Amino acid sequence: MCIAVPGQIKSIKGANPIELRGTVDFGGVERDIMLSFVPESRIGDWVLVHAGFAITIIDEDSARQTLREFDQILDESEPDGDAG
Amino acid sequence: MKFIDEYRDANAVKRLADKMASVVARDWTLMEICGGQTHAIVRFGIDELLPDKVTLVHGPGCPVCVTAALTIDTALDLAARPDVIFCSFGDMLRVPGSGKDLLTVRAQGGDVRTVYSPVDALAIAKDNPDKKVVFFAIGFETTAPTTAMAVYRAAQEHVANFSLLVSHVLVIPAMESILSSPEASIDGFLAAGHVCTVTGYYAYHAVAQKYNTPIVVTGFEPLDLMRGIYACVSQLEAGKSEVDNQYSRAVKPEGNLPALKMIDGVFEICDREWRGLGTIPASGLKLKQEYAHHDAELIFDLKPSVPEESTVCISGRILQGAAKPPQCPAFGTACTPEHPLGATMVSSEGACAAYFKYRLLSKR
Amino acid sequence: MNRDKTFGPVCPIPISDYPVVLLAHGGGGTLTGQLMDKLFMAAFDSPQLRNKTDSALLTVNTDKLAFTTDSFVVSPLFFPGGNIGSLAVHGTINDLATAGAKPLYLSAGFIIEEGLSMTTLWDIVVSMAETARAAGVSIVTGDTKVVERGKCDRVYINTSGVGIIEHNLSIGPSQICPGDNIIVNGDIGRHGMAIMAARESLGFKSKIESDAASLTGIVQTLIDAGIEIHCLRDLTRGGLASAANELAAASDTTIELDESKIPVDSAVAGFCEVLGIDVYHSACEGRMMIIVPEKETNRCLEILKKNELGHESAVIGRVTDSKSTPVVMVSAVGTRRVLSMLSGEQLPRIC
Repeated sequence: MCIAVPGQIKSIKGANPIELRGTVDFGGVERDIMLSFVPESRIGDWVLVHAGFAITIIDEDSARQTLREFDQILDESEPDGDAG
Repeated sequence: MKFIDEYRDANAVKRLADKMASVVARDWTLMEICGGQTHAIVRFGIDELLPDKVTLVHGPGCPVCVTAALTIDTALDLAARPDVIFCSFGDMLRVPGSGKDLLTVRAQGGDVRTVYSPVDALAIAKDNPDKKVVFFAIGFETTAPTTAMAVYRAAQEHVANFSLLVSHVLVIPAMESILSSPEASIDGFLAAGHVCTVTGYYAYHAVAQKYNTPIVVTGFEPLDLMRGIYACVSQLEAGKSEVDNQYSRAVKPEGNLPALKMIDGVFEICDREWRGLGTIPASGLKLKQEYAHHDAELIFDLKPSVPEESTVCISGRILQGAAKPPQCPAFGTACTPEHPLGATMVSSEGACAAYFKYRLLSKR
Repeated sequence: MNRDKTFGPVCPIPISDYPVVLLAHGGGGTLTGQLMDKLFMAAFDSPQLRNKTDSALLTVNTDKLAFTTDSFVVSPLFFPGGNIGSLAVHGTINDLATAGAKPLYLSAGFIIEEGLSMTTLWDIVVSMAETARAAGVSIVTGDTKVVERGKCDRVYINTSGVGIIEHNLSIGPSQICPGDNIIVNGDIGRHGMAIMAARESLGFKSKIESDAASLTGIVQTLIDAGIEIHCLRDLTRGGLASAANELAAASDTTIELDESKIPVDSAVAGFCEVLGIDVYHSACEGRMMIIVPEKETNRCLEILKKNELGHESAVIGRVTDSKSTPVVMVSAVGTRRVLSMLSGEQLPRIC
C-alpha cells in the first residue's frame, strides 16, 4: 500500500508540532505538507510523504551506503559461466 | 528524481537478478504483503526477472481490497445522504459494494469528493458547517497517523461536523493469519516498507521466530525489491529466519514515535473483518471512546445490511497467496477492471488488477 | 423476430451494467470506447464513422475535405499554458492536421452558465481569436446558449472544423505496417498534469504548463518534405496509452513502446509519482504520434527537431505483427507489460 514519495523541504512554519507544516518540492511540483510527525526536520531535508504528511526524514547517509553496499554485493564473486 | 532514479537502474537490477540465480539452489515461495509492492513488482516485471526457483505471491496488503463489503455499503449509504459530504482517497471510489460504488453514488447526486490528505477533509468540514463531513479512513499503519491527526484536530478545534468512517487494518495479524493457515505455504516474507516506516520492526522478531520465517523490510523501487528478495532468499539458503532491514534510508527499528503516539492516542485495537478472509481478531483499529462524537458508525443512524458478494470471485484465496489471478475462471472474462467482481480487480494494486493491467495476456 | 417498430431500437449498453452515464464514459479510456461503439456508432452508423478517425474524410466534387468536431468542458477554465478557449481551437485544428488536412474554418458554439463574468467570457473569446489567427484559421460561424445557474459548469465550448487535403498521401490507421517506427514530437502527459495542478482542491503548486499547441505547421513541414507518413494521431485525453491502443486496434497490429525512450518532463513525472497517476494516461494537447516506415525515420526526426514544437522528438517504439495484446511496454529493465487504455477516471491514490 502506501505511496510515499521523496520531496525536499523548502520552508517550514507552525508554532507547535501539531501545526508544523512546510512547503515540500517533489522535483518541480510543490505542496504544503504536514511535518507534525517529523518535528526535528529542517529546511533542505528530504522527507517521505504519504497522504499529505511527512512520515520520515530520508537518511541520506543510509541511502548512499545502500548504493555502495549494493555495488559490493554485485562485485564480490560475480557468477561464473557455469553457476546459473 | 532524487531517491527514485538511482533505485531504477536497469543494469544494476539485471545484475542482481543474475547474482540471485547463482545463489539459489532450492524452490522458495515468498510473499509480499503490500499492494504498493504488488503494483511495483508487476509494473517493472520484477517477478519475471527472478530465477524459476523463486516464486512471489501477493498477500492481502491492499487495504482497499480487504475493506469489508459491509463497510463499503455503509460508505455508500452515507455518501447518498443529502446532508453529507463524503470524502475519500481516490482509491476507494471504484470498490464495489452491493451493486454499486461511490462513483455511481456521485453520478446519482451524492456529494462525493476525492481528497489527497485527511486534513483536506477537515478543511472541507470547516468550510461547510451546515453539512456533515465524513472521511473514509482506510489503510494500514502508514495511513492511520494521518487520519488520527485529522480527528484529533477536529476534537481540539471543536469541528463537530467532522467524522471518520474507520476501517484501518493492521499488518502483523494478517501475516500471522496467513502463516498459520494450512492453505498457504510461505517460506519468507517481504515486509511492507512504508508500514515499517511508521511502526518500526521490533514486533517482527517474534513472528520470524515463531514461524521460522525470514522477514525482510523492503522498499518499492526495482532495486529495493530485488534487494529485499535477494536478502530473503539468501537467508533461506542459509537456513536463517531473521528480521532484516533492506530499506534503511526510510525505516528505523523503532519506527516513527510521534506517529505511533498519535495512533495510540486516538485509536484502539479491535477485531476486523477482512473481505475475502473473514474476521481476524485484533487486526483493526477503531476510534477510542473519547472520539465517539467523531465516529460515523456511532453518530449516524445506519441500517444494518447484508452485503451481496459474488459467488464466482476467489479474492479470498488470492489474498492468501493460495491462488493467482489467472487461475480464476472469471479473470479477464466476467471480471475485468470495467466489471470487477471483487475488490482485488478494482483496486489498481489489487493482485487481479495488477495482473490484468500489466501482464501479457495469452488471450485478448 | 418481430419487433414492434414504435418502440425503436433497444439501448445496447446493458442497463444492468451502466444504468447511468458515468464521468468515466467521457474519460477517453475503455468506457468512452464502449459508449462510442455500442451506443453512438450503433445508432449513427456511417462509412466515415466506421473508419474511427478523429476527422471524417469527405469528397465533395473533386475536393477532399476533412471535417471534425470536439467539445471542451475543462475545469479550471484558465490553467498554466492556456484556457478553455485556446484549447478549443488547438484541439479541433489538431484533429484536422493529423488527418493530413490544412485547417481552414472553425465554428464556435457556447453553452454559458447564467452568472459567468463577462470579463471571463471576453478573455476566453479573445484567446480563441488570437489562437485561430496565429494558426491561419478563421472562425466563421457559431452559436450561443445561456442556461440557468447550476445547469452547466460556467462555460462549455464546441468547435467544429473543416480543412482541405491538398496532397495525395493516404494517412490513416490502414496504412500502418509492421516494421514502422513510432515517433512523438515531445514530452508527454503535460496537459493532464497541468490541469491537475491547477485544481485547487488538491493543493499542489507547479510550473507545469499545458503543452496545448496547434500542430498544423509541424505536420505541413513533413508533408512538404515528402515524408511517407503512414499515420498521425494527436494525443488527447487518455494520453499516449489510449492513442496507441486505438491505433493498434484500428490497424490490427501490436505497438511496442520502449519506456526508456519516451520523453517525460521531470516535474510531470514527479507529480505523477506523488499522486500515483500513470503518466501514459495523462492528456496531451500539442503532441502526436507520427508513424513512418523505418527508412523515413531519420529524415522525419531531423525535420521535426527543427520545428519549435518538435525539439524533443524521439522514436519511442515500433509496430509489429499483431500479437495477443495491442500495446506492449518494454521497461527499462527489459521486462514487458501490457499498456492498457485508461480504465475509468484518473484518480489520485494513496495505496
